[in-house]
Amino acid sequence: MNIVVCIKQVPNTTQVRINPETNTLIREGVESIINPFDMYAIEEGVRLREKLGGKVTVVSMGPPQAEGALREAISMGCDEGVLVTDRAFAGSDTWATSYVLSQAVKKIGDFNIVLCGKQASDGDTAQVGPGISTHLDIPQVTYVKKIETIDEKKARVERMTEEGFEIIETPVPCLLTVVKEINEPRLPSLKGKMRAKKTEIKKMTAEDLNCDFDKIGLDGSPTRVVKIFTPAPRRGGEILTGEISEIVDKLTRELRSEF
Amino acid sequence: MCAGCGLCVKVCPFAAISMKDKKAVIDYDRCNLCGACVEACKFNAIELKTLERKYDHASYKDVWVFCEQKKSVVQSVAYELLGEGRKLASKLDCKLCAVLLGEGVKDSAGALFERGADIVYLVDSPHLKYYQDDPYSKVLAELINEFKPEILLSGATTIGRSLIARVAIKINTGLTADCTGLDIDLEKKLLLQTRPAFGGNIMATIITPNHRPQMATVRHKVMREAVVEKTRKGVLVEKKYDNDVLSTRTNLVDIVEEIEETVNLAEADIIVSGGRGVGAPENFGIIRELALTIGGAVGASRSAVDADWIPYSHQVGQTGKTVCPKIYIACGISGQIQHLIGMQSSKVIVAINKDPDAPIFKVATYGVVGDLFQVVPALTKKFKQILGK
Repeated sequence: MNIVVCIKQVPNTTQVRINPETNTLIREGVESIINPFDMYAIEEGVRLREKLGGKVTVVSMGPPQAEGALREAISMGCDEGVLVTDRAFAGSDTWATSYVLSQAVKKIGDFNIVLCGKQASDGDTAQVGPGISTHLDIPQVTYVKKIETIDEKKARVERMTEEGFEIIETPVPCLLTVVKEINEPRLPSLKGKMRAKKTEIKKMTAEDLNCDFDKIGLDGSPTRVVKIFTPAPRRGGEILTGEISEIVDKLTRELRSEF
Repeated sequence: MCAGCGLCVKVCPFAAISMKDKKAVIDYDRCNLCGACVEACKFNAIELKTLERKYDHASYKDVWVFCEQKKSVVQSVAYELLGEGRKLASKLDCKLCAVLLGEGVKDSAGALFERGADIVYLVDSPHLKYYQDDPYSKVLAELINEFKPEILLSGATTIGRSLIARVAIKINTGLTADCTGLDIDLEKKLLLQTRPAFGGNIMATIITPNHRPQMATVRHKVMREAVVEKTRKGVLVEKKYDNDVLSTRTNLVDIVEEIEETVNLAEADIIVSGGRGVGAPENFGIIRELALTIGGAVGASRSAVDADWIPYSHQVGQTGKTVCPKIYIACGISGQIQHLIGMQSSKVIVAINKDPDAPIFKVATYGVVGDLFQVVPALTKKFKQILGK
C-alpha cells in the first residue's frame, strides 16, 4: 500500500495574539507547527503501512522552512519527504494549491491512498483535499473518522456528519480527509528523530512538476484577498453575584429574550 | 514613492514588511501576495501585478442557493441563504434561484418559493436521494454550465464543503469557505466575502474578480432565515440527466445517527456545553437536562471528550466543531483558546465556573462564579417553571 500524506506548516494559531494598540497580529515568537489535523493523516498513513506494508510519502507545499514539518512527519514514521517549493507558487489560493499538490502526487506516482487533514488551522477552508482529488479525478471521502477495511482495490470507511456518520465504500486509489477521532498520533521515537535528521528531503519546483504556469500562484488563483482586519475583541460582560436564586432569576430573564 | 509611513508594516498579516532607511522593504520569503499592503498604502507605492485576461461575465446572472436536503427535508441553512441571497439579488437587480437535488423532493419547491426563490432548479432522481460527491458535483456543474449563475451560495456544512470544493475545480472558479459576511461592491458588481481566519483572530474579505460564478460556503446561523410569504410563487425548472452524470464511484452503505439529542450542534440556536468541571460521564445528565428543557444541543470541551465522557461528535473547538448559536452556556469549561476559537462568535455566552480567573469569563456575556452542580439544576428548574414543562 503506497500512501501519500499532504501536510501544511502553519503558525500555531493558539499562540497568535493581537497587539491591542495597533490591533494587528503579533507573529513574533509564534512557532510553526504541523497543522494539527494533518497529524491524524500522518498517523493513519503510518498505521496503514505498518499493517499492509508499502511506503508513506509525506508532501508539503510551502516556503523552504516547511522542510522542518516534513522532518517531523518522518520522525513519526513516514518514509520519504517531498517539499514542493517555488516562488512561482506564492499567492496560490485553494484552487492553485490543490492543483500544485495534485501535480506533486502524480509525480510521486504509484499511490493507492492520498490522506489529508480535514482542514488547516490557519485558513480553515477544508477545500484543498477535495480540490486535489478533483484535479486527480479520483474519488474522495471527506471527514473520515475510521477506515474499517482497506486493500488495493477498495476501502470501507466511516464519514462523520452533523448527525452521526455514514459508512461509505470507495474504490482505491482515492483521497481521504480525516478528523481527529480517527486515531491518536504517536510521539516521534528517538530512532525516528535520528532517521528524520538523515533523510534527504526531495525538493520539487513548478517546472519539476510540469505545472501549467497559468494555474499556479497569484495568476492561477481565482480568489483575491482585498482586505484583512482584526475583529473587535470580545469583552467580558457582567459577573452575576448574589444568591443562586437571584442569579438564576436574572439569567432566565435575560436568556428568555433570546429564545 | 514610499513615504515611510509604515502603514503597510502594520497591516501585513505575515510580518513580511519592515522599515529600512525609512522605506518599506518586503521580505519575499514571507510574503504571501495577499495584497493587504496594496490596499493600505496611501501613496500607491506597492503594486501587485497580475496577468490581464479577458473574461466574459455578461452571460452570467442571478444568485443561486444550493439547498441541501437530508431525508428529503430541506435544511434550515438553505432558508438562511435564501434570506441573504435575496438581499444580494436586490442589490444586483437579478433573480434569486434555488437548486434542489434529491428524490421525491418536488413538493419542497413550494417552500423555497415561499422563502423568496424566483426559480427552483430541480433534479429529481433516485441517484440523488442521499448526498454523494460524484453525482452531486457533476449535476451541479452541469446546471452551472447551462444556466450560468453570477453567484452561488451553499451552507458550510459537511455536504457543502465537500461538494462545492469539487465543483469549483471542475468549473474553474473561485470559492471562499465558511463566510460569515456577504455584501456587494456595487461599483464593480462583485461579491464581497468576509470570513474568519487564523482561528478567528483575523477577518479577511475575499473576492473572485474574474471567474464566474463567484462561490461561497456560508456558516450556519449567521444569516437570518428568509421570511415566509405563503402566496409567493415561482418558476420550477426540472432537469433530467443521463446515467453518466448521475453515476457514483463511491457507494453509501449505511447512515448511522448517533447524536443522542434531536438537535445537531451546527443547527442549534442554543448549546449547553460541559467541560472538565463536569467530572464524570454520568454528570453530563444535568447538562443534557438543561439542554432538553430549553431546546438546545449538548456540546463539550476537548478535555471532556478526551476523558471519554461524551463522544467526539459533541466537541466544540479548534479540533471539533465551530458553532455560533444565539446562546452558548459553558458549564465547567475553563476556556482554553482552542475552545474559544470554536464558540466565541456566539451571540450570548454564559459561563458557569468555580474558578473566578478562568479565561472563559473574558468572553462571557454573563459569568457565574459558582458550583455548576448547584447552578445548572437551579437554572433547569427555573426554566421548567417559566416554560411550563
